[in-house]
Amino acid sequence: MISFILIILTSLFFGGIIIRIKSIASGRKGPGIFQPVKDIIRLFKKGAVYSKTTSFIFQIAPSIYFASVIMAIMIIPLGEYKGVISFEGDFVFFAYVLGVGKFFNIISALDTGSSFEGMGASREALFSMFAEPAFFILMGSLALLTGHISFQEIFASLHFGSYISYIIGVLATFVLVMITLVENSRMPIDDPKTHLELTMVHEVMILDNSGFDLGMILYATNLKFAMYGALIANLFMGSFPLYITIPIFFGMQMIFAITIGLLESFTARFRMNHNAQYILALSSVSLLIFLGVLLILGQFS
Amino acid sequence: MQIITAFILIILLTILLIPFISVKWKGIVTVTAVIVIAVLSSIIAVKSLSGKQIEYLLPGSLVTGEIPVRVDALSGFFILVINFTILTGAFYGLQYMKAYRNQKANLSLHCISFILVQASLISICSLQNSIAFLIAWEIMALSSFILIIFEHNKSDTLNAGINFLIQSHICIMFLMLGFIWVALKMNSFDFRAITAYSTSNSLLTGFALFFCFFIGFAIKAGFVPFHTWLPYAHPAAPSHVSGIMSGVIIKIGIYGILRMLLVIKSDYLLIGYVILFISILTGIYGVMLAIIQHNLKRLLAYHSIENIGIIGIGIGLGCIGIGKGNNVLTVLGFAGALLHTLNHSLFKSLLFYGAGNVYQATHTMDIEKLGGVGKPMSHTAFLFLIASLAICGLPPFNGFVSEFLIYNGMFTGLQGSDKALLSWIVCGLFGLALIGGLAMLCFTKAFGSVFLGTARHQFHRAPKEAGVGKLIPMYAVVFLIMAIGLFPKVFISAFSKPVSLFAGNNFSPGHLPAGDALSMIGICSAAFILLAGLIYFIKRRMTVNKPVEFNTTWGCGYTGSTEKMQYTASSFIRAYRKLAEPLLSIHKKKKEIEGIFPEKGGQETHPYDKAEKWFIDFPLQLLKRFFNRFTFLQNGNLQFYILYGVVFITLVLGIPFAVEYIKTLFKFLNTI
Repeated sequence: MISFILIILTSLFFGGIIIRIKSIASGRKGPGIFQPVKDIIRLFKKGAVYSKTTSFIFQIAPSIYFASVIMAIMIIPLGEYKGVISFEGDFVFFAYVLGVGKFFNIISALDTGSSFEGMGASREALFSMFAEPAFFILMGSLALLTGHISFQEIFASLHFGSYISYIIGVLATFVLVMITLVENSRMPIDDPKTHLELTMVHEVMILDNSGFDLGMILYATNLKFAMYGALIANLFMGSFPLYITIPIFFGMQMIFAITIGLLESFTARFRMNHNAQYILALSSVSLLIFLGVLLILGQFS
Repeated sequence: MQIITAFILIILLTILLIPFISVKWKGIVTVTAVIVIAVLSSIIAVKSLSGKQIEYLLPGSLVTGEIPVRVDALSGFFILVINFTILTGAFYGLQYMKAYRNQKANLSLHCISFILVQASLISICSLQNSIAFLIAWEIMALSSFILIIFEHNKSDTLNAGINFLIQSHICIMFLMLGFIWVALKMNSFDFRAITAYSTSNSLLTGFALFFCFFIGFAIKAGFVPFHTWLPYAHPAAPSHVSGIMSGVIIKIGIYGILRMLLVIKSDYLLIGYVILFISILTGIYGVMLAIIQHNLKRLLAYHSIENIGIIGIGIGLGCIGIGKGNNVLTVLGFAGALLHTLNHSLFKSLLFYGAGNVYQATHTMDIEKLGGVGKPMSHTAFLFLIASLAICGLPPFNGFVSEFLIYNGMFTGLQGSDKALLSWIVCGLFGLALIGGLAMLCFTKAFGSVFLGTARHQFHRAPKEAGVGKLIPMYAVVFLIMAIGLFPKVFISAFSKPVSLFAGNNFSPGHLPAGDALSMIGICSAAFILLAGLIYFIKRRMTVNKPVEFNTTWGCGYTGSTEKMQYTASSFIRAYRKLAEPLLSIHKKKKEIEGIFPEKGGQETHPYDKAEKWFIDFPLQLLKRFFNRFTFLQNGNLQFYILYGVVFITLVLGIPFAVEYIKTLFKFLNTI
């Protein structure tokens, strides 16, 4: 429960921090860190314009997408404190429930019959499909290392001892950061600030959403950031008491947001047609983690 | 015993009755017979599922010997799965075939074959005498052949049917080989002889025997590279038959493999590794090809191959569990495989029924031509959507539960394994995750381009929603899909008996591994539905007084007609196709627009199966080339043909005589 509240709190300022960092990096002052949330609240108060081509899918998709993100957040633990939901193999549910949201996002983009939105849908479907194996191999390695198969148990019993385990920690963080960027369609996979439909991924899918729906989709992005940030923070928490874990949690989230802000300020986007290969290569990084775990367990001796 | 007599009598009676009644009654009589047969066999099946093995001995004949009818929990499970899908198929087919009322004789044949398919499938699950088993198998093959070629005036359909017929008989050949092998050694046709033979011989013999059967059953089930008949047969058949074929007929191959695992005692570890390898290959290959198909039913057919792969992964894990003595892995693997068998029979038949509705409304299955069908056909769209979500293994539907079991099996199997097994499990994880992702790409394409957007070509008649008669059986399937998704534990505990056949005695049905997780999944799925509903409700409440406007889709400022401009199915998967092209074989024809006065440009892609090219077409080509050398024999001269006849008769008579002569000569020489 505590992790749920913390993630919701983080989501309120996470997007703001990224924007602030980007502003500072480009020499501007930038808006306040709550500006994205204020924008979303304004959207919640608005009416909507729907495309005449759309059917019931377009009406229900944003709600289901939002619900899927909330469900996924409920699974995230905080160190040894369980999430709202916790059972053996909960990370499979985590990945698949996010999949439901993605599925609806994609078909709602196709529902508009637009010449652009299918493009984004196509890319999103392809990219997220390639990110999936990396996540499962990563979780498999961690499960092998700790001997547990639920988020909470894995994170509670994860502790770093040898040199190899530090490397595993670094690689796992890398994989999770990259998955976050893929799932949230951020640089270097996708540039959310691009102005051309042809080069968008996520943004082009939601061109026709407006009002409350758009607000939900935008807020879900913030939630997803905070969720993955919490997942990364969990890697470093171990089984400390709350008064240590909560500062670690916020600290990690801050570092994560700042990293993304800096990354977006100073890197260029990958070439669109090389993205898929690049994302699939994440699986090989996951495989490295797996080999590292095998080394720790002494399977090679 | 009375049940079996009644079973046979009803089949015979209906078959005799059907040709002589009017068209209107044919369907009704068939459906009634199907219901009665289903009820009769389900009585036995339910009894056996409670853990009691039911055994009757039919007297049989001089050739077959006694025919044992043994229904254990595994048979019972499959009989129930078969009955449910056949029932929904019969009700759906009753409405679907109304369009063909003028073909009277054809319909009679169709109805008779339908009943025979059901009867033979049930018999295959319960007969344990190899000759009787093969006869039932042959009846099933022939009657499903007749079901497939219902529209035999189309040459494609006929080709597909003949392809199916030939491959079914290759399958029977392998089975026969295995059965003859055992019968020669043990002089008995009972399945128990197989067990006796495999236990009394080396592990390698058992392994070879198992693989003889495995290839046979794998052809039926559609494991790569034995799958090539499947993508032809499914689109050719009427939709309810495709649903049944994909739902249960190919599953009989899975039954065969499971049954052989039970009767043949062999090196399970090796078998497990081999099955796991083939299954991962099958799963990934099936879905990779499914994505690039243009025909909706062909896409679904390739998807069946993928799901067979997932079932196979479960079976493979289960076998490894037996081999390693890892009981949790065994239980989770086999439970996942069995549940996925049931699940796939549900959502795949539903998808085919949905495709049938679309076909009868639009008269095309070409995804590139469809679009926007969801608006006039909202029920079909909704049902197809549920089935798509379920087949992608997404919660809160049933597909997730079985995939979860297999995932859970893999993650628990990680503990205490050696290097070899660990690498295999990681391959499995990679495979299953990739299959899940690719399935999502495939079904967003299928659902999105068929039901959403606007139509991509002018329909002759505006598509209309299918009648209530077709929708009711489909909703019945959805009900079961939801029930398994929301109450997985109830269903899984019903599976404890068939699973315990594999896991042996050290497994208590009350305590299933991952049981707690399953009940949590049920709760989470329900919570997810409620949450989504709640959010939608809040949205409606908050926007109730807000202005809502309907306008054209955003077109970058351009507001003209967008039918031709909307994203097509091919362009949706273009990025994927570019990536996967080296692994697949896609024939492309492209005509670019060029010059000052350009002519019409265009691009066509024709997906083809690389496995088919190398395993079917290439050997056939060689065979043809070899036989072409003998064409001089067929020279059209009657005199030569008479000569061949004379030569043949002389040889037939002469060779035994010559052999005898040489024998006596040798004897004579020996005596000297």
